[in-house]
Formats: sequence, structure tokens, C-alpha cells
Amino acid sequence: MRVPMTEYLLIDLDTERWICRVCAHDFGDARGNYKEGTLVYDRDPREIHPPVIDPEKYEFTFSPDPRFCRILEFYCPTCGTQIEAEYLPPGHPPTVDMLWDIDSLREKWEAHGGNPEEVVNYGPGENAETDLSARFDSASAHSHSHRTEGH
Amino acid sequence: MTLTTDEFVPTSGNDDDASQLLTDQEQQWVDKFMDETTLFLGPDPAIMRHHEIMPRTAYEEQCIAQGIDPIEVDRIRKRLAGALDEAFEMCESMGAAPGAKWADLSCAVYTAEGDVTYLSNRGVIAFSAVLHHPIRYIMKNWKDEPTVGINEGDGFFHNDSRFGMVHNTDQSMLVPVIRGGVIIAWVGATIHEGENGACEPGGMPSGSETPFDDGLRASPIKIVEKGHLRRDLLTFLQHSTRDPKLMLADIKVKMGAVRRIMDTVDRLIDEVGQETFVASLRVTVEDVETEVRRRIGELPDGTVTFNQFVDSTLKENILIKFACKITIKGERMIVDLTGTGPEILNRAINSPLASTKAFMVQAILSYWWPDLPRSTGAMSPIEVITEEHSWADAGYDAPVGQSLQASFRGFSALQSAFAKMQFSAPQKYSNVVAPWFNQINDFLWGGTTQNGEQVGNLCADLNGMGGGAKAFRDGEDAVAPLFCAMADIGEQEVMEEEVPFLQLVSKRLVRDNQGFGKFRGGMGYEMMVASRGTPSWGFMTVTSGSKFSSVPGMFGGYGCPVYPLAMVKNVNIYDIIKKDPTQFNLSMERVMNEQPFEGGDYQSSHMGLQFDVAKEGELYMIAQGAGGGYGDVLERDPELVVTDLELDRISAHTASSMYGVVWEPGTYVVHEDQTTELRAQMRRDRISRGTPYREFVQKFVQEEPPAELHYFGSWGQDNDENLIATHWGGAEPERVTGRLAELPLIMVPDRRVLKINKLEARVRELEQKYGEVVEHKS
Repeated sequence: MRVPMTEYLLIDLDTERWICRVCAHDFGDARGNYKEGTLVYDRDPREIHPPVIDPEKYEFTFSPDPRFCRILEFYCPTCGTQIEAEYLPPGHPPTVDMLWDIDSLREKWEAHGGNPEEVVNYGPGENAETDLSARFDSASAHSHSHRTEGH
Repeated sequence: MTLTTDEFVPTSGNDDDASQLLTDQEQQWVDKFMDETTLFLGPDPAIMRHHEIMPRTAYEEQCIAQGIDPIEVDRIRKRLAGALDEAFEMCESMGAAPGAKWADLSCAVYTAEGDVTYLSNRGVIAFSAVLHHPIRYIMKNWKDEPTVGINEGDGFFHNDSRFGMVHNTDQSMLVPVIRGGVIIAWVGATIHEGENGACEPGGMPSGSETPFDDGLRASPIKIVEKGHLRRDLLTFLQHSTRDPKLMLADIKVKMGAVRRIMDTVDRLIDEVGQETFVASLRVTVEDVETEVRRRIGELPDGTVTFNQFVDSTLKENILIKFACKITIKGERMIVDLTGTGPEILNRAINSPLASTKAFMVQAILSYWWPDLPRSTGAMSPIEVITEEHSWADAGYDAPVGQSLQASFRGFSALQSAFAKMQFSAPQKYSNVVAPWFNQINDFLWGGTTQNGEQVGNLCADLNGMGGGAKAFRDGEDAVAPLFCAMADIGEQEVMEEEVPFLQLVSKRLVRDNQGFGKFRGGMGYEMMVASRGTPSWGFMTVTSGSKFSSVPGMFGGYGCPVYPLAMVKNVNIYDIIKKDPTQFNLSMERVMNEQPFEGGDYQSSHMGLQFDVAKEGELYMIAQGAGGGYGDVLERDPELVVTDLELDRISAHTASSMYGVVWEPGTYVVHEDQTTELRAQMRRDRISRGTPYREFVQKFVQEEPPAELHYFGSWGQDNDENLIATHWGGAEPERVTGRLAELPLIMVPDRRVLKINKLEARVRELEQKYGEVVEHKS
């Protein structure tokens, strides 16, 4: 049984592993921190948030100050999907943002009885209905580039 | 603060126990002495530190024992909802406060013990959700107090958030429902009034350095006695603020609105009977609590951590942490703020715990479970771990004039973390959404109007916060503030009849002011103001997030940019435009980069501007904030990217370098194959530049913050009890560590003194360098 946990991550309850929903990359023990299976890049925030007013003339420009703020980008090592972007002070340990009780997760879904990949959606409303089954299943017959393009 | 008798635990046992400090008789004497000699009744920790619903009273038990008909309860609730919405509209239509005109208010019905049973559908949930504290204070202290008492027709006023209020700029009217001499319920109305006599106009002073700079400190007082507004107290309140007309007008408006609710309550009680009415209020509160426990149980067990870093005291740039770990275990939810930075005793950004919790309720009832009746029961089952004297749980002696800096982070902690908490849940009651913008990017103002009146208040543009992107669509631009789903950003032309300044630029989107993502966050707009036709006027801004983004994105999406305050002093834009109308082509980007006005002093700074005298025609410029983006930017539909490009919402650089889209210049037709190839290359580039996590952590993570950062809070999350703080014990700041209770009192030196010191040192350095002998006298 596979449970979609975020836009790009699922937990396979049979193997108890964090899995990339896009390409099936294995990020590690589902009882642990999925970030340990990622590639990380320390991004200068000025590259993402460009200045609107001239940084040569002014200290405050719409761009974050890299001495205060860094953006850690977490990538899937296989498909290169950016699964998380964390804003942190320079040198601050990355946040362990999610730790799940796998036994409880299994119990809850077994009690529910449905297939999580069919049941889970984005919430109420017609336009929030979505197919959260693993993309690598439906994309297995397609090329890698198409598979990672998104839906 | 004076201790109340409740804080003394009575001793028991026999008088012979030598280990016992006091005999029962002695304890009674002490209690009596304390009762008779209490200096004054400050905020009561027994009330202020608890958000759980009260146990059923004997009378409520009796009412419920007579039987509950759920259909009738629902009918009563709907009738109350109608009355509350009507009262809301009365306040909105007749209120004098700018905030009232734009929905910055709410009305509510409470149980006798103060639990919120139902709120108006529109308005600020947090306002009413915090008022169980003052009702409990009134019931505990004034009900049986011979000099006060509670009688039919009485109305109570308060504004001090230490007694339970979102912040000190709001003012309440709380009125008991009494039958047969027994208080069976309360009704109330609260409005963001603005001006409150603080050290700066507008009621939200960023310059506050002591609690006494925060302005009016009204504990719950009986302003209406048996239907009559007390002239002596009213005069005191009017005399204590800059806008006496506002004070009078809106107390009357709230009295009228509450009276309207009371009419419905009276009719309801006549129709269904007092017992059924009381039982309905009580079971609504209990039902919401029960339903919240059930919904918590639907979420996966585990822990989600969401830390925030705030970059300003509103006077200087620092970095202070708002830590939050949310743990779900069965039907228990624990919100743990341990690791949050200490209060800063001479800065305005601290928040009382009740105000922080009020914004947690805001997140729960607006963004988690908006379908629930808006009741105290929504927060009641959730456990909160926090330590008094952190900046999210400020002590009595800390200024709280700009408490929204911390309390809004309480909102963001819950709103943002919920996307991860609820993503895998089989049943959702709201959509998966990225973080909402969470700052007050707005102008506060004060002075003398063109009509000769003294005023102090704010623009409605704070209501133009950009919404977070949803999992299936872009966030909405300038849609609503986090605290009010259906607020208005106001009619500028109407405002200009009452205040002496023009918004020369208004509602103009700033290119690239987005949280980028597969779906992008809603954008904010820029605004440019200049005073005109006034003998004295000034502006303030009260926002952090000029160096560190206020909100991140979700699941790979990016957060908002940061926001500067830009000013051009020493110009008169009205004269310039009159002479050359082509100069009306104004934008922050053009004005600041081209510096077109000769003699102008062009400045940018962080957005904590203390009251600044604005001479006629001087320009003040800010931008509203954007919501967080959702998902990987390389998954954004290329057609959406070029649409944003064509509308000048994003730059060509962003479209190509960020989103990886290739298009035909001029026609904006997407080159699909080249886009696919570019994106595939960008993914390969990520894999190539990314470092395996453990290796990255070894290189990136430091033992403590960079030396030049004035940091407050835990570092990492492994040892949240151990805080780091910056302490100015001597001339230079030093870094101190320890548990919150072990840290020295934190006060930040006057930045102007620091600047003068630095300049004087430089002068001496230059004097030495050039051999100039100058005699310096102190």
C-alpha cells in the first residue's frame, strides 16, 4: 500500500520506504527523515528573488539578504524534481520537517479500507479532485523527459 | 502584577503538623488579608494561560438534562448566526474606524462562563475567539464586587491584550444576558479601532519601548451601566487618545450592534425557553470540541516542524526564531513552541500568549476546518507548550504594541504546517494550500486632516495580502488578510475625503513579486503615498521581512521576496507633476532607479518606520506581499508562464531561468520541444550541482549563527530548550546561551546611539590619520 504524503513523496507501507512519486527513487526509511535521501543545494536567495530597485544604490531591494537568508533546495537524485525549498539562516541545520508513525499510518489505512492513491485528493471542490497515484506507474511506458514534465 | 488569592494554595490538615507553614486558621487570615489589601487586579494567570472550554456549570447540566433536540439546536444556531451577521453589518456600515468599514471586526455570542458559541460569519475570527479571557475576568472579579457588579443593561469595555485581546488597538463591548438575576450568556462586538493613545498614532506603535508606550491600557471596565453610557469613563477614554470622536462614535455603534443581537436573543429565549437556549449554547461548544478531537484523529500520527525566522524588531534588523513542532497522537494534538526566541523588553514585537493563540484559532477556523461553528471548542482540545517570557508568550512587563509580529507567526505556524499534516488524510475539509502572506505591509498615519481633525489610523491595504498557491491553482492576488476571509481594501477616493494624502500609485502589481512554483502565490501590489494640504502629517510602517522572506513556499515552491520601504524626501511631487505631467509615470522601480527628481533624497530601508513627519509631496513607497508558491517551478504549465510574462507579472529572466520556458518573442508562443529540452537540462543541472544530504550538512551546518547576526532562539531542533540570544551587557553585543529562564533580560540599545558611536569613532580615526588635533568635550 502506497500513501501519498506530499506532492512528490509517498510512503510505501509494505517496504516502509520514502519513495519519489515521480520516478520511484528510494529516499530511505519511512520512519526517518526523507531529506537524508535528497541532493541539496545552498541557493543564494538573490538568484530566486531578483532585486527590483538597484542593489548598487540601495541596501533594501526586494532581494533577501544572503547574510540572513539562504534557500536550501532539495532535489530527487534521480529525476531532479525539487521536492522542498527551505528558507534558513546561513549555517542553521535543515529542519526535519516530517516524522511519521508508520505503524499508526498503516493501522489507519487498514481501518479505512481504501486505496490511499485513489482516496487522497487536494480537498473539497471539483477542481481539487486529482489523481495522486504514483506517476512512475503511468509514465513507465513514456520517455524520462516526458515523465518528469509534470501533469 | 499583584498576586490574587487564587495563587495561594490553602493548606490543610491539623494544626499540629510542624512541617506545615500555616494552620487553617492562619491561612484564612492570610486569605482575608490578601483580599482586603490587593493593590490591583492585574491579568490573572489562572485565566490567561488557559484556552480550554470551561466545565459545565450546574445550571448548564440542569438545562441539558431536560433533553437536547439537535434540530432545534441547529435552528437556534442559525438564528444567532443571522443576528450576528446583522450586527456585523451594522458595525461595518456605521463604524467610524477605518477598520470597521473594511470588516476588521466581529460579533459573537458566549456562554455564561465566556466560551465562544458562535461568531459572525464575516469578520475577524481571532477577535471574538480571545474574549473568553475578559469575560472570565469579569465573572471572577466584578460579578460579586460591590463597587462594580453585573446588572442587566451593563456593558464592559477593554482593549489591553494582557487581559485577552488580539492587540491593543481593538476595543470590545461585552454585555451579559441576564434572566431572573442569573447571567446565562454574553454577547459582544469588537472592532479594530486604530488610534489608542500610544506613543505613535494609529494604535500599533512600532516604536513602543515600554508597555506604557503601547497606549490605552483598559482592563475590563463597566462603560455602560444599566443601559447608559458612563460619561465620566467615556471622557477618560476620549481624553486618553488622539481621536475622541472615534472613541465616542464606535462605542455607540457597538452598543447598537450588541442591542440588535440581544433583540434576537430575547425573542429566542421567549420562543424556546431559557433552558433550551442555554443548553444549545453549551452543546455547540462541546460538539465542536468533540468534532475537533475526531478530526485530529483522522490526521496521520507524527510530528511536523515549521520554524520561522523574523528579521526585525521594527527598529533594527535581527533574526528571531518562532519555533513550532506539532505532534499528533491519536486524538491528541500538541503544539510546542519551545525554541522560540526570548521577549525583547524594549521592543514592540512581543505578543501575549492569548493573542498568539487567538491567531492559532484563526488558522484552525479559517484554513483547517472552516465548516465548523466558530467556537472556543475548536482550540480547546489542542495542547500548547510554551514558556512565559518568550516573544510569543510575553510577560507583563514587555511592550506588545506591535504584537502581530509574533502572533501572526502563530497563525503561519499552524496554517503552513497543515499542508503536510493533512496531505495524506483521506478526508479533508479545506484545500491543500501554500503559506499565506503574513505581514502588515501598510501605511499607518496620523496628524491633522484637511478638515482640522486630529486622527491616527491606517490604510486598508493590509487587507490586500496575497493568497498562498493551492495544489491545483495559482494563489489569488491581494485577496484577503490572513485574519479575515472577506475583508475589503477600501475605496481610496472615499478615504481621500477624510485624510490629507493621496495614493499616487495604488493596486499596481510589482513584476516578480511572487512566490514562484508549479502554481504561484497570489501577488501583492505597490502603493505610493504623499501628504497634501495638511499642517502636520506623518506615516509609519510596521513590517518585518525586508531581509528574510516572511513566508516560504510548499513542496518545492518558493516563498515571497522581501519588501523594502522606499522614500523620496525633500521633494514635492505635486509641484513636479504640475510643472511636468509626464512625471506622473510613477513606479517604485522607476523612481528609485532613475532618481528623476532633482534634489530628492532617495532612501530605502527596512519596513519598521517609526512615525516620520511627511512634508507635502514627499513620496513613501511600499508593496504588498505575495503568498507562497506550490510545487516545483519546472512543472508549471508553460502557457501560464508566458501569460504572466505577457502581463508583465514576471520578467523574461524569470520565465527562462526560473521556469525553463522558451517562447517566441513578440507572439509569446511557447516552443514546446525546446522548453522540454531546457527543463530536462535544468533537472540534470540540479542533480549535478546538488550535494548528498549528509555531505551537505557537514559543510553547511555551523555550531552557531554567524557572528554578525543578532540572533535569538534555538539553533537547529535537537536541543530546543537551549536558546541563543544577543545581549548588550556592555558596549558590544555578546552571545549568550541557556534555557529561557537562565538568559539575562534582553534589551536592544538605541540604534541612533550606536550610529553616533560609530560615526564618532570614525571621526577620531580620521583625525588621527590626518593629524588634526580637536579637543572633544563631553
